[in-house]
Amino acid sequence: MVLLLQYTLLFASVLILVALGGCFSEHSGVINLGLEGIMVMGALGGALTLKYIDSSLPAIVIVLAVLAISILCGAVYSTLLAFACINFKADQTLVGTALNLLAAAAATVIAKSINIIEDPNNVSSTVQYVEAKKALVVNLGKFQFNWFMLVAFIALVCAYVILYKTRFGLRLMACGEHPQAADSVGINVYTMRWAGVLISGMLAGVGGIVYITAGVSEWKFENGVAGFGFLALAVMIFGQWKPVNIGLAALLFGFFRALSNVYSGFDFLAALNIPGSVYNMMPYIISLIVLAFTSANSRAPKAEGIPYDKGSR
Amino acid sequence: MSAENKGAVAKEKESLLAKPAVQSILASLLCIIVGLFIGYIALLFINAKGANEAIVTIIKNYFTYPTKAAALKYCGNTLVKAAPLLMCALSIQFCYQAGLFNIGAAGQYVVGAGASLFCALKLGLPWFVCLLAALVAGGVYGVIVGVLKAYLNVNEVISGIMLNWIGLYTVNMALSSVKESSSPYTLSLASTNEAALLPSLGLEKLFSNNKYVTVAIPLAVIIAILLKVVLSMTVFGYEIKATGIAKDAAKYSGMKEKRNVILTLFIGGALAGIGAAFFFLSGYEQWSVTQSSVPGMGFNGIAATFLGGLDPIGTIFASYFIEHITSGGSYLDKNAYPSQISDFISAIIIYLCGFVLFFKFFLNSRIRNKKNNAEGGNK
Repeated sequence: MVLLLQYTLLFASVLILVALGGCFSEHSGVINLGLEGIMVMGALGGALTLKYIDSSLPAIVIVLAVLAISILCGAVYSTLLAFACINFKADQTLVGTALNLLAAAAATVIAKSINIIEDPNNVSSTVQYVEAKKALVVNLGKFQFNWFMLVAFIALVCAYVILYKTRFGLRLMACGEHPQAADSVGINVYTMRWAGVLISGMLAGVGGIVYITAGVSEWKFENGVAGFGFLALAVMIFGQWKPVNIGLAALLFGFFRALSNVYSGFDFLAALNIPGSVYNMMPYIISLIVLAFTSANSRAPKAEGIPYDKGSR
Repeated sequence: MSAENKGAVAKEKESLLAKPAVQSILASLLCIIVGLFIGYIALLFINAKGANEAIVTIIKNYFTYPTKAAALKYCGNTLVKAAPLLMCALSIQFCYQAGLFNIGAAGQYVVGAGASLFCALKLGLPWFVCLLAALVAGGVYGVIVGVLKAYLNVNEVISGIMLNWIGLYTVNMALSSVKESSSPYTLSLASTNEAALLPSLGLEKLFSNNKYVTVAIPLAVIIAILLKVVLSMTVFGYEIKATGIAKDAAKYSGMKEKRNVILTLFIGGALAGIGAAFFFLSGYEQWSVTQSSVPGMGFNGIAATFLGGLDPIGTIFASYFIEHITSGGSYLDKNAYPSQISDFISAIIIYLCGFVLFFKFFLNSRIRNKKNNAEGGNK
């Protein structure tokens, strides 16, 4: 039971971080379908930091270093989306998809190259970080507390405050609702959208490293992050683009994702003899059902997905 | 050359550049060149010594074989994989004409593979039934996305991705009953049910008896041409395009946009499903029931379709090119370079395709400016 709670909180943290990322981007008016790819890049940055950092350093230093590198990788990678979609008015769906494919390919190439250089016979795309990963968790009795749970909670509170209580957040949302109106009162729509995309890159980058350190100590980058970026988008839609609702939605989705990790530990679930694949499918099925019921009356930002053109009416 | 002549030549050049087809080809070539260049830089970073040789290997693909017979045989292999890629690309393209981004093509491909292999191995049916099963399975899978989109306003990209994963796990479960006992792969068609293999009609003789070369390759090209005809010459094609360009206008002028969305996705799904049957019924590869990621065929289709300038005929060449460099990547020295460098190049190409619209706009506005200047000068 403790294990289920632990994994639920971990996966919920991933979903909260990434969904908040999507939330910032969409509130600024850019649909960020590249979240999945940004997660992969953040994960790669974080994993390599864990691999190379001296594991005898104090835990807090390791946690902060991993956080910083993941944030940086995510933000840098998201500039590709911002550049194409904001400045060059490219199709946001196409560019987002390209980012996902590019990240999967690039991360595999980078991880493999590093392995090959270390040992020419090691052609796998796996990065291992057994030792340094221990710094990320604190054992509270049976429950393994992960520092990233706290990070996700802080991000949630910050997102709420920034979006609804600060001048920046309200301006950001104006750019996603009616960019022409925002522009007419002197808000630079392009800058605001860049800010939205960069914030989404940072949050998704952290989400990536949390995902690949959840319960495992190595990651095969050929697998990417298994559609988690898109699950986060489903969480965001279910949460109606509002931080608090996103937090609750993430807990629900996290629970179903956690079930597939720990179902064999429950006697009554194991006795049902359902194949593991069914549990693996669960989060995706649930999200489809949830989307079917919530998309019709969606409260999506009105101008999302439409490139802003100063000259248009 | 007199000044007058020069002016005429320049004008001709301009009008050539102004043609949409020429612009598309130019844009695609530019994407390819830049994509390959960035790939080359990546190779330089990994290992500068062999980078020249590596990029040449990728571009040469089967031409690396010294004898003509061997080269032809491996050319056949590339074509075997290019046919399903073309089908996936057509699937995405057809839907894109209606304004739908069918990223679910990957999942429709997966269920197509599952249905055709299940019919072939478990039920022992002949190839045309298996092909039909793949068509229906892919189509129905597409319809799910279509209904969700048309009636419940679910973003087709997100539902497509979810269905990709659901499809993968379902097919893995369904096919685990027909797998080899000692490996995760499904039974081979040749030994279990030969009638399920696609007929070759003697085509294999053209490729040094490469037994995987089947009717799938010419069929895929014919389907591409057929789609071109449907899109440019029929009422249905016109409605699809009208729905894509202005959904509300299409609805206002009496087109049933909901029906069109669902029908488009059925056709798109069916195309991807057929693509899977084209590949797996050739016996080239067996399905691994433990695979934990969705096959890349559907995603590479996105690269092929945009590189082909969103035109079925252009997509034929683009699919071949993408498969050519993907196969070329597998000839790299595995202990020096990862073969995924080809996927990396394809991904860069897709990203660059995002700029194509801007490129055309830029080109057109330059041509217009020049024209205006020239006319102003005459006065």
